[in-house]
Amino acid sequence: MSSVAQKRSFGAAFWDWMTTVDHKKIGILYLIGGGFFFVLGGIEAMIIRLQLLKPNNDLVSAGLFNDLITMHGTTMIFLAAMPILFGFMNYIMPLQIGARDVAFPFINSLGFWMFFFGGLFLNISWLVGQVPDAGWTSYASLSLASTGHGIDFYAIGLQIAGGGTLMAGINFLVTIINMRAPGMTYMRMPLFTWTTFVASAMILFAFPPLTVGLFFLTFDRMFNGNFFDHTMGGNTIIWEHIFWIFGHPEVYILILPAFGIFSEIFTIFSRKRLFGYPAMVFATVLIGFLGFMVWAHHMFTVGLGPTANAIFAVATMAIAVPTGVKIFNWLLTIWGGSITVTTPMLYALGFIPSFVMGGVTGVMQGAAPLDYQLHDSYFIVAHFHYVIVGGVVLAILGGLHLYWPKMFGTMLNETLGKITFIFFFVGFHCTFLIQHWLGFWGMPRRVWTYMDGQGWNTANMISSIGALLMAIGVIVLVINIIMTVAKNQRVGNDPWHDGRTLEWAIPSPPPFYNFTTTPLVRGLDSVWIEKSEGNMTGLTPAEPVSDIHMPNGSIIPFLMTFGMFVAGFGAMYHQETSWGLPVLIFGLAWTFVAMSARSLQDDLGFHVTKEEIQRDIDNARKGGQF
Amino acid sequence: MDLNKKFTPETWPEHPERATLEAKNKFVGFWLFLGGETILFATLFATYMALKNKGPSGFEFSTQELYELPLVFVMTLLLLTSSLTSVYAMYHMKNFNFKKMQLWLGITALLGLGFLSLELYEFSHYVKEGFTFSNSAFSSSFFTLVGTHGFHVAIGLVWVTLLLFRNAKRGLNLYNATKYYTFSLYWHFIDVVWVFIFTVVYLMGVIG
Amino acid sequence: MMKGLKKWRLFSLLAVLTVFLAGCGQQELSTLLPAGQVGKDQFKLLMLSSGIMLFVIIVVVAIYVVALLRFRRSKLGDDFIPEQTEGSQKLELIWTIIPIILIIILAVPTVYYTYKLGDVKAMEEVDDDGNAKHLVVDVTAKLYWWEFEYPDLGIVTAQELVVPTKEKVFFNLKAADVKHSFWIPAIGGKLDTNVENLNKFYLTFDQESKGLKDGVFYGKCAELCGPSHSLMDFKVKTLPRDEFNTWVKNMQATKDKPVVANAAGEEVFKTSCIGCHATSGAGEGGSQGPNLAAFGDRNRVAGFLKHDEKELKEWIKNPQKLKPGNTMPSFENQLSDQELDDLADYLLGLSVEQ
Repeated sequence: MSSVAQKRSFGAAFWDWMTTVDHKKIGILYLIGGGFFFVLGGIEAMIIRLQLLKPNNDLVSAGLFNDLITMHGTTMIFLAAMPILFGFMNYIMPLQIGARDVAFPFINSLGFWMFFFGGLFLNISWLVGQVPDAGWTSYASLSLASTGHGIDFYAIGLQIAGGGTLMAGINFLVTIINMRAPGMTYMRMPLFTWTTFVASAMILFAFPPLTVGLFFLTFDRMFNGNFFDHTMGGNTIIWEHIFWIFGHPEVYILILPAFGIFSEIFTIFSRKRLFGYPAMVFATVLIGFLGFMVWAHHMFTVGLGPTANAIFAVATMAIAVPTGVKIFNWLLTIWGGSITVTTPMLYALGFIPSFVMGGVTGVMQGAAPLDYQLHDSYFIVAHFHYVIVGGVVLAILGGLHLYWPKMFGTMLNETLGKITFIFFFVGFHCTFLIQHWLGFWGMPRRVWTYMDGQGWNTANMISSIGALLMAIGVIVLVINIIMTVAKNQRVGNDPWHDGRTLEWAIPSPPPFYNFTTTPLVRGLDSVWIEKSEGNMTGLTPAEPVSDIHMPNGSIIPFLMTFGMFVAGFGAMYHQETSWGLPVLIFGLAWTFVAMSARSLQDDLGFHVTKEEIQRDIDNARKGGQF
Repeated sequence: MDLNKKFTPETWPEHPERATLEAKNKFVGFWLFLGGETILFATLFATYMALKNKGPSGFEFSTQELYELPLVFVMTLLLLTSSLTSVYAMYHMKNFNFKKMQLWLGITALLGLGFLSLELYEFSHYVKEGFTFSNSAFSSSFFTLVGTHGFHVAIGLVWVTLLLFRNAKRGLNLYNATKYYTFSLYWHFIDVVWVFIFTVVYLMGVIG
Repeated sequence: MMKGLKKWRLFSLLAVLTVFLAGCGQQELSTLLPAGQVGKDQFKLLMLSSGIMLFVIIVVVAIYVVALLRFRRSKLGDDFIPEQTEGSQKLELIWTIIPIILIIILAVPTVYYTYKLGDVKAMEEVDDDGNAKHLVVDVTAKLYWWEFEYPDLGIVTAQELVVPTKEKVFFNLKAADVKHSFWIPAIGGKLDTNVENLNKFYLTFDQESKGLKDGVFYGKCAELCGPSHSLMDFKVKTLPRDEFNTWVKNMQATKDKPVVANAAGEEVFKTSCIGCHATSGAGEGGSQGPNLAAFGDRNRVAGFLKHDEKELKEWIKNPQKLKPGNTMPSFENQLSDQELDDLADYLLGLSVEQ
């Protein structure tokens, strides 16, 4: 496909990406979008750490600091970590189950554009100069008291992006339920597919509460609602419950796919089957289930009473059990294997001690009376960065190196990759380890500055230096990507040589229809089984070469989302301007018309003929791809 | 899938709503979507129950005085009946009887429209009494819960109208059979939610 | 490269240890040097959980390091194909059951202390005369200051909480505007001040604050509450019971015999400040600005500035610059330098301890 793309004009290529419904292209779009926001959130983090470098610093104002922490958290969770993971899910999961696309290609594209426009909406707040400033949790009393349109950007931007996430979740679920290749039973699915499955199920049940919560916030701020205004009978604790009923599953939605990526890396670079696969699957499902039972551990200090606190404390600790099972199964996977330390493996190896440390501090905070001390101190900042950076971000970076050759047909430079890892890993521990103690020493989180003479100066300086090292690591990564793209050395189907799952048996990058013939799966690690039995293609076809049905591209997802984006501005300004209401109505009508247009047309897709596929197979043979 | 393929009641598959992969995807996907919707309504219900009868100091409205059961009872009858008529429609869909299916769906839509009109009347009645959306936490949560349901009914009406007109000349095929089927699922879901609203909001409001 | 990494690990381990040993923080605000029973209970849980968790970390890291050392491809050869083990039920069982046991060890004291620290029944107890048996303080958090009312004693103060040592002190916590959180790290943590309900808990103060660096414990707001959240500090003065009683009497007396260190300053106060600030410590809470009856005894101006005339005048001139978003207007153009001098003089003279 890429050679064809190069011959076309820029305009045609641009149109192709705008209208694409190919899961691989959408995956790449997610990675680009998420990568952009990751850098943005990183810059915000750097400014935060610079401000806290020394006591009584006034690099940024108090108001701007709150803008920065809010946008850093919101951006990293909703606009960086999730979309990047969605990028991997989109690209890799259908390949792993032997599918030609996701179940709803149109909705897949819609989900991406909603994320993109939602993120754009949120960040336009910087240009307007009214930025969300109530923290990423946006607790109701403060979010209602906040002046300007900052919180409105938060409520509407996340509403749009969150809708996209929900669609993506349903899409992945249906894809995995309905579109597995023959023989790909549930208990033969690669672990990344399993974690995608469970994370998607969690999205399905966790995002509707967020939708409702954000609507309440929108109503209260823009349409005279009274959900959280206690003078009108409202209750701010409702927001806290709703937010955390969403928010706690959300962190598992992030970490489970990360677990999946690491499971792939450990097996490939240990040349060994995942140890205790059924236990791993069970632990994943159990974590997903328990993830919904523990939200109130974020609210131990709200005053829910000792009984509620005790119940949620014990439930929280219970999650440590399945997580521990996972850690030990990974250890036993590399135990007795043949370990080669490539860049992805380096990230996976760095993940184990980092994540264990983040996990155990989580259990410590599960002990409710202890959490009365740790809650909202720097200890919690250290804890969640240990699990999210030490878990999710390491998985993202490791996964990027692992799947880059599959996605773009060229390898990221290994040496630069390892340099990135070292800077990032050392910087990460340097930044966040010391923050546990800052919490012990009484430093609350989300403080714009701190007075001299409280014993916090050195620790904060160490932390800021660590952040700098992480930034250097990311810069090296960017250099690596630019160099790799420039060099463009092509690689074959399985550049890591020990690929075990279906995606490593097709060309890099795969043709747009993925598999010339749907593969037959005969066990866990299908490609490994085929190769160890002498079938060096790694694939056994389940059918003869025949016509392939593929969906048509469409610009409608883009247009629909654009309508919502416009409507968002209308909602925000309808109280103070005369144009607000018409714009709100126009935007919604626009979306509705676009949606109706979609539902009225017969869009049945097209067929790739047998002959074209045969031609591709022959070309690939000539090029030595098989 | 070929749109021009002509079916007879004999060749029409037993489960037309999941006869193709696309249809199966829609079928499963829509069920999952309804799962998410359930959570959405559960959150709205929980909020309503927490904020029921809560208002500013000197608040004069309460569920006992506000709600009028007879009207709500008629609404309930209309919506329950419309659920039944949509079942008839699906029966005819499975038997490849396009005309009768369209007819029953038309009746379903009319009943839904009746429900929606009564709900709008109910709301305007409350507003006239001073029980507006911004009157109190109670009113906000009431209008949001019941209004979200009403909004779902309105969406359903637009949806079925589009289906009826769009396919009037095309007739029934494997491509639109799933669309009809998911609509009927959706309509049942709305009905079930209403049963809960009737019980939790109205009955428990007046009696409890 | 791996060698360098290993060295770094060793180094970091040492660094961690050093920090751990030296790093107990400062007595007036460290949770690691608890000065009250609540904080001590929480510290016990911290030690117990840290011990269990350290054990887990050591086990994991041990297996991890051995695996890394033994099973490198560079040692095993490029062609080595490991056995494709499926798993082991026995092992799965072991690493399910042992964590469960560890968690039970932690969960039992957790539940015990949750109930113990949540027990505020004694708050309502009265003696035979109908007087409350225990000291109860009503705390109201406002943007960005703290009001402390002693309802049974009929006095009110702000920014500096004064409590007796070695007895349970009960707190009613509430926020007047947005949500805040009441935290005295060295004594015990922490409870939110919500806008819609009263939260109740107790603390005990075992140590007199006199010997501390500033003569006070530090209190913090722990919930993001706006731009000046980080400046919403308060201080805690702990006194032996008899000194506390004297303090209470003196506070009650400010109603009848106010201290006037500077009469001109008092005039300025009466025209410019009295709308929001009271100088009598007797009465109830709920005023616009902090009660200033004991202002001269305090440790900080506005909770965080040095307690001297210069900083005080700076504060009165432009409070919005120093603590953005608070509700006090700027007096820069309303008071002359002379007036400011007098006012500062007057305010610093407001004392109940001398």
